[in-house]
Amino acid sequence: MCTVCGCSSGNLKIDGQAKDHMLDQPHDHSHDHSHSHEHGHDHHDHEHSHGHSDDHDHDHDHSDEHTHDYGQGPAHAHAPGLSQARMVQIEKNILSKNDEYASTNRAFFNERGILALNLVSSPGSGKTTTLCRTITELQDKHVCSVIEGDQQTANDADRIRETGAKAIQVNTGKGCHLDGHMVGHALGSLNPTEGSFVFIENVGNLVCPASFDLGEAHKVVILSVTEGEDKPLKYPDMFHAADLMLLNKVDLLPHLEFDVEKTIENARRVNPGIKVLQISSTTGEGYGDWINWLEATLALATTGHNFKNTAEKQTDVEMTAVAE
Amino acid sequence: MHEMSLCEGILQILENESEQKNFKKVKKVALEVGPFSGVEVDALKFSFDVVMKGSLAEGSELIIIDMPATAWCMQCAETVTIKQRYDDCPSCGSAQIQVTAGEELSIKELEVD
Repeated sequence: MCTVCGCSSGNLKIDGQAKDHMLDQPHDHSHDHSHSHEHGHDHHDHEHSHGHSDDHDHDHDHSDEHTHDYGQGPAHAHAPGLSQARMVQIEKNILSKNDEYASTNRAFFNERGILALNLVSSPGSGKTTTLCRTITELQDKHVCSVIEGDQQTANDADRIRETGAKAIQVNTGKGCHLDGHMVGHALGSLNPTEGSFVFIENVGNLVCPASFDLGEAHKVVILSVTEGEDKPLKYPDMFHAADLMLLNKVDLLPHLEFDVEKTIENARRVNPGIKVLQISSTTGEGYGDWINWLEATLALATTGHNFKNTAEKQTDVEMTAVAE
Repeated sequence: MHEMSLCEGILQILENESEQKNFKKVKKVALEVGPFSGVEVDALKFSFDVVMKGSLAEGSELIIIDMPATAWCMQCAETVTIKQRYDDCPSCGSAQIQVTAGEELSIKELEVD
């Protein structure tokens, strides 16, 4: 966003038209205009009709021939707009607090040889159905537990528990994503066993969860074929953050006009390294590859760990009872 | 979408820094924001004023420093400036580019009393 006139650039689009702001000019804003406040705004090469009524709070001192040289003060300000007075250099990432919690979670997983996966998608792409089937297929050989994130209700955790796996529901309330702190708390109650799978089902949202590290080994993004081929382009941050994309509901392909190749191409555009598996969580199609990926990735997570009595630990009494 | 909680994160950082660096009032906050940070700056500015109310940074000015997004083009073998993650290389048109910067979301510096 332009700090001088307040117009947005890049992120905000109105009806598909970027409020393009010539980002290649790194906003030097020399402001050699004569302050007749007509604001020609020749840096806007777009057409919009709102006539720029943005409040221009030009309350700065105009005695300096309008050169706006922010570097003149004795304290030598680095950022435009900051000057003279006492400066404090911080260079601190705003998400650093979340990153600290995420690191603690990651250390927790590493110490116990646990594979933690953060499952992200839009609502309705089949995250919970995929999880239920996945757990059912893994259960004979592995222990799985689940942290369920939803804004409200414990419905999903109940569905997971029906498979026999342990599940904790986290309701984010007004929140649009899980954060490192919530997951840390959930891990305290979940107490997952060594060498097991922990699936974190994030809130159905392709925007915010991309920015919040939970301490997982991989983000896995689920996209269903009933959504659009251009989802990876519409929500590039998420597809960039994920290491694996599950293209779900492929059993419906015969009934849809959905271009699988195009979708994969779009995903690779935002993330050249992304792996793609085509699955159907209803029919089990493609689950061979998905389970192979899970087991291979778990093998990496457990490498170097020497679990004693793993077998005993993994046979959680309560869970066997439910499974029977 | 989560701009409000980001501002709460900013306030936490300000409070911690005020103890460490011994200041009582924050007058300006300079923030580096990359185009891929997932933040809508208008929403951030709005939340900022609301969250800072009653704190050491009440009424402070939020200054946004737009950071450029860059990528490494494998064909050109050099760093290029892009606008979207899915952009092709602006010089050669190749799609083989990897984003190298643009996710910045950090407090760069403060003006304090």
